[in-house]
Amino acid sequence: MKVMIAGGFGTGKTTMVRSVSDIKPLTTEETLTQASVGSDHLIGIADKAETTVSLDFGKISINDSLMLYLFGTPGQERFWFLWNGLFKGALGAVVLVDTRRLASSFRAIEEMERQNVPFVVALNVFPDSKDYPIDEIRDALDISPHIPVVSCDARDRASSRDVLVALIRHLQDRSAVALESR
Amino acid sequence: MSAPRRPTDPPPGSRLRSSRGDPQGLERYYVLTGGRSGPGGAASSLDVATLIVSRTAPVPGMQHEHEEILRRCRDPLSVAELGAHLGLPFNILAVLLADLLDAGRVEARDPIPAHDAGRGPDLALLQEVLSGLERL
Repeated sequence: MKVMIAGGFGTGKTTMVRSVSDIKPLTTEETLTQASVGSDHLIGIADKAETTVSLDFGKISINDSLMLYLFGTPGQERFWFLWNGLFKGALGAVVLVDTRRLASSFRAIEEMERQNVPFVVALNVFPDSKDYPIDEIRDALDISPHIPVVSCDARDRASSRDVLVALIRHLQDRSAVALESR
Repeated sequence: MSAPRRPTDPPPGSRLRSSRGDPQGLERYYVLTGGRSGPGGAASSLDVATLIVSRTAPVPGMQHEHEEILRRCRDPLSVAELGAHLGLPFNILAVLLADLLDAGRVEARDPIPAHDAGRGPDLALLQEVLSGLERL
């Protein structure tokens, strides 16, 4: 089973994968070649024939037969098209948000909604983050009321674990609602 | 003029077999995959979370990377981990895995489907994940 850790550049995706993984996190790569992309995607990298985007991942053993794989999505949003299949079959996603730079995670939220991936929003609290009321942030991010928004410290294992717990509970709620409506 | 053909495995001792002095970057990938850019058939449904398990032991004369995959997948290993260990991007690894899948040398186990059509994930499974996380 896999869970995606999404969010804008520098919001703490890699940090979260690192803090909660049982194994030393690994990096897998995807190679982007000029031949495989439209010219729009080459803006800014035109001098390179080959660009590599990385995907950090870790895993958590749930029990003897269950393994949870965590994947941090690439920070550079322009490479997301490479990972079109990435969210397929994912249990759900955590979208990390830096409250000092809300806009950097807009794209990630849109992408979850577009791909119909269930997600929770985790506000990664940085030392100099201001304490905004969660409702204000919910408004600014324009997310629907049923999406959980939690605060966390991505550097902390227990805190990151709690974000995953919030995601699983959210999935349980969704499933329960789906069952009732049948 | 001869038609293009897939390069066969380099002979033992050839510089292509060692990790030192290998062609770099795209050239290396071209050699590894025989110029193929994407998997077809059995491997087209591979995911980063798909588990790969060897069904046979490596045999002498095999392409080095194939051998390495078989060795590392005696116990099930995800495609992502395999890629990280071998230093290969997903699409290149998928081509190599396609060869092994077609030859019946490895088995691909789909990750547990998270969502049955429209039904959402299995509640019992979610409960299991939750209990596991709470034990961390």
